Amino acid sequence: MLVRALTVVGASACLVLGLLFPWIKTPVIIGLCYGLAALGVAILMRAGQVSFGHAMYACIAGYTVAFLARAFPTLDGLILIVAGVVTSLASAALIGLFVVRYREIFFGMLNLALSMVLFSVLGKFYEVTGGTDGLRVDRSTIAGFAFDRAGYETALLVVTLVAAVGLGWSVQRFFGSAAGETLAGIKTNETRLEYLGLSARRILWNGYVLSGGLVGLSGALFALLQGLVTPELGYWVRSGEFVFIAILGGAAHALGAFIGAAVFQVIQLFGAAFFAGVWKLLLGATLIAVILVAPSGITGLLPLTRRSKGPGKLELQTAAGRA
Amino acid sequence: MELVRTEKLALRFGGVVVADDIDFSLHEGERLAVIGANGAGKTTFINICTGFLKPQSGKVFFTGQEITALSPRHIVRLGLGRSFQLPQLFLEHTVRQCLELAAIGRSGSLSFFSPLAASVDQKEVDHTLDVTGLRDRAGELASSLGEGERKLLDVAMALVLKPKLLIMDEPTSGVASEEKHGIMETLMAALAERKVTSWFVEHDVDVVTRHATRVAAWIAGRIAADGKPSEVFADPEVQRQVLGTH
Repeated sequence: MLVRALTVVGASACLVLGLLFPWIKTPVIIGLCYGLAALGVAILMRAGQVSFGHAMYACIAGYTVAFLARAFPTLDGLILIVAGVVTSLASAALIGLFVVRYREIFFGMLNLALSMVLFSVLGKFYEVTGGTDGLRVDRSTIAGFAFDRAGYETALLVVTLVAAVGLGWSVQRFFGSAAGETLAGIKTNETRLEYLGLSARRILWNGYVLSGGLVGLSGALFALLQGLVTPELGYWVRSGEFVFIAILGGAAHALGAFIGAAVFQVIQLFGAAFFAGVWKLLLGATLIAVILVAPSGITGLLPLTRRSKGPGKLELQTAAGRA
Repeated sequence: MELVRTEKLALRFGGVVVADDIDFSLHEGERLAVIGANGAGKTTFINICTGFLKPQSGKVFFTGQEITALSPRHIVRLGLGRSFQLPQLFLEHTVRQCLELAAIGRSGSLSFFSPLAASVDQKEVDHTLDVTGLRDRAGELASSLGEGERKLLDVAMALVLKPKLLIMDEPTSGVASEEKHGIMETLMAALAERKVTSWFVEHDVDVVTRHATRVAAWIAGRIAADGKPSEVFADPEVQRQVLGTH
């Protein structure tokens, strides 16, 4: 009930605010894109893994959109988004085969290393990628309709909002499914999974591909919104922001990614406006406060799932020691 | 029917011999108790037979099929289940969910959309909760269980897989002595009801005498004595090095 209420209130607020105050559409879409990306990162966090390089999938999808839009200028925005997501899914499926062999810091750093390889390649091959200047993405039609700037942003807001609500719901279903619960099992006892006849690597790979697709979707939407893709889209700082938001919101519920993104956007927006020199300090202080007060993230404070009553830190440490 | 057979199984950790050319077999219907001092190689032998460790030489067979090079999950799928000295549970899941995850392991079907509870046979889960006495704790997180209940849940998860053979590594270790017999009675009744052959590591002579039909005594990586409990306990070497009574 609380989840429905929060979803309805949040989605309505995004739409109403976007229509009443046109300047707010862009930050809302960006916030939702961050939410989608953080949702992808949160899937891996359910398995106890943190990727510091997932922005590479946003980058892959973004450049796919840019290349296709330049090669086929009449392609519809929705087709570009689908193409971006498919490419990021395919990339995650391939890269995942390699990285799911590793855990914890090795998993995180390997993803970071691969994302930085992509970042460097995109920056160096100027003739193809536009180097650090990136590639422009002209405004496309959305569902067959050509819009002016304001209409285009409204259409993107609606598409992003529908995707966020639909995928948020789907990912929450996934969390409670057999595949989702076995993914959570990797975090607490991978050995036992193997002794139940299940392949932990395969389970993590499933989650990794799903996660890459979600981050890819955020990148494709971002490319259409900004009208420009640069290697910065896949820079490690961006990956760090996704992790930051996922931790802020918490991985206990899919809603956490969007709550985290909302808090992140509000701090970024108002911090930059009123505390220009120290807004990143505000971000850091917020994260420290969340870690101290709510180690399971903001959703950990809400009665959303049974996991909010999870075992204490001491019991988890003892279990880790045993394993 | 022969379930497990090992041929000249050998493994050394540096200069320490943990499996010394072990020839061993276990037949359907037996209740084998493995005894031995700490470090004798009992758990290592289990780890080799269940695919966690690979031997330096020798072979392991399960129901006639060689499993020496197979991974634990492949061996489990053949019908060889195990529980652990330190219970291996999903501490952030409830007792029922732990069993449901085990049932997923049995079916092998990983649905991405339907709830975990709807993906498994709940009658099987309920039955396992009943026979292991965990029904009252079904909704509790596994992390909230006491040590004895954790042991029961550890075995219950292996039971859901409907193994032909269940290897239990010290199912009563870390449990108060007054609880030991209760736990073993519960486990043995559950195994008998499902006609599962069992092999358990145990230090308590009373428990072994009461529940085993066969005893194998491990000393320094080899089987020093193997036979009926009364015969093995009468062996002078076992009395001296395992029981410490001679």
